[in-house]
Amino acid sequence: MTHEPFEKNSIILLIGILIMVSIGGLVQIAPLFWIDSTIEKVSGMRPYSPLEQAGRNIYVREGCYLCHSQMIRTLRDEVERYGHYSLAAESMYDHPFQWGSKRTGPDLARVGGKYSDAWQREHLINPRAVVPESIMPSYPWLATTKLDYSKIVENMQTLNMVGVPYTQDMLAKAKVDLEAQANPDSAGVKDLLARYPKAKVGVFDGNAQEITELDAVIAYLQMLGTLVDFAKFDASGPNLR
Amino acid sequence: MAGHKELDKETGIHTTGHVWDGDLKELNRPLPRWWLYTFYVCILWAIGYWIAYPTWPLANGYTQGMLGYSQRATVTQQVDAAKAAQAGMRGQIEKASLADIRAKQDLLQFAMTGGKAIFADNCAACHGRGAQGGAGYPNLNDDDWIWGGTLENIQQTIQHGIRWSTDNDTRVSDMPKFGVDSILQPNQISDAAEYVLSISGKPTDQAAAERGKAVFAENCAACHGEDGKGNQELGAPNLTDAIWLYGGGKANVAESIRTGRGGSMPAWAGRLDKSAIKSLAIYVHSLGGGK
Repeated sequence: MTHEPFEKNSIILLIGILIMVSIGGLVQIAPLFWIDSTIEKVSGMRPYSPLEQAGRNIYVREGCYLCHSQMIRTLRDEVERYGHYSLAAESMYDHPFQWGSKRTGPDLARVGGKYSDAWQREHLINPRAVVPESIMPSYPWLATTKLDYSKIVENMQTLNMVGVPYTQDMLAKAKVDLEAQANPDSAGVKDLLARYPKAKVGVFDGNAQEITELDAVIAYLQMLGTLVDFAKFDASGPNLR
Repeated sequence: MAGHKELDKETGIHTTGHVWDGDLKELNRPLPRWWLYTFYVCILWAIGYWIAYPTWPLANGYTQGMLGYSQRATVTQQVDAAKAAQAGMRGQIEKASLADIRAKQDLLQFAMTGGKAIFADNCAACHGRGAQGGAGYPNLNDDDWIWGGTLENIQQTIQHGIRWSTDNDTRVSDMPKFGVDSILQPNQISDAAEYVLSISGKPTDQAAAERGKAVFAENCAACHGEDGKGNQELGAPNLTDAIWLYGGGKANVAESIRTGRGGSMPAWAGRLDKSAIKSLAIYVHSLGGGK
């Protein structure tokens, strides 16, 4: 077969290039949408609570992912240090995912519950206060900036459009849930925990007077990697890959 | 475009037969042989790879490959193999009492080495690399223990944490927020702080300390003891020594009375296994202050 038509006609060449590149994409990406085992069947995963989602937005805004990954790879040193390797299911509600590509700081995929709220608070305000050798930047404004959650419902609706299963109930109670999570004495805590099991409730920033960005970030950090029940995870069959 | 191949007179090289604009011809400059053959070998290698390893997506699933390779199985195997290699020592540590581990040279050495590594990864963030502590995080090198410094006390603290709500056996004691909850007036807090400083041998305002003594007896002595020496059963620190968790200035002490502090430590039972926690207890106990 001669390649003369491709060399003499730019439109034919363009179509040819498009077909070749598409094959690569179709083979590598498209099957992930229909192969059942892409996302493992696990118990415990749920969408982020409103406060956690708000904290996640700040995590993204501050660029935490530039230094911290959220992906424990299938390597012995990582599994022994950080815990069970990350599952696809654990980031299925992440938009965008925070796997990261570089670790200047440690992986955070399972940092939830590893340190106390007080430590997270002091560490975010000034990392050197608790870890003298740390090179992480300070984020003192988180503690003094009131959390703006006026758009949290819209935020959750948008996530709903891309597949995060927020129910009408969750959307309707978003602001109530957000406020309840930052106040352990609130009457809404029980409902919050019914909607978002295992959510950590507390005065994360140590200041019960107002909900700050620090509250949201710590609520998010303290739940990372804590949802999946690994006692019930079947690491065989299609999950073995 | 296609014309006939001919020998180019200028260079002595054959043309490809391609002609543009009537007379523009292309010399045939083939790829070097070594490059071409390397390329063919790579293609063959790729085909071999398809056969050996998981490669092509199918209707529902993917080709598994002849070798049955799985990253997840591999890492699980490696972790298990490492555990199996240590199983003898870990098993003995799990079964032996803490005192026996300390008595047996080989167990002690294993526990100390492991404990040190586990400490660096999990504990150093709060207690410091040298276990020197900091404001709010106890120094583990001294012999001033809040919840007790025996091997068993330390193991209990590591395993279940302090004021860690998700652990049912966590160590709990709640010092009242005397100021925040308006149990005491600001002047009473100030007096009580003066008294606390006086029993730890710091220079104080005598008159205020005298007034604070009554406040202390009524509000603080139940947990910290009438003499202020504390009570490890309740996690009430000794107030008569020079070791202060949140600082020993008057402002620090007054703040502690005002807010009750109530620091917390995670329970490590879910994250670390039994032998790791025991090794850690042995290591922390050895740092200088173990009872």
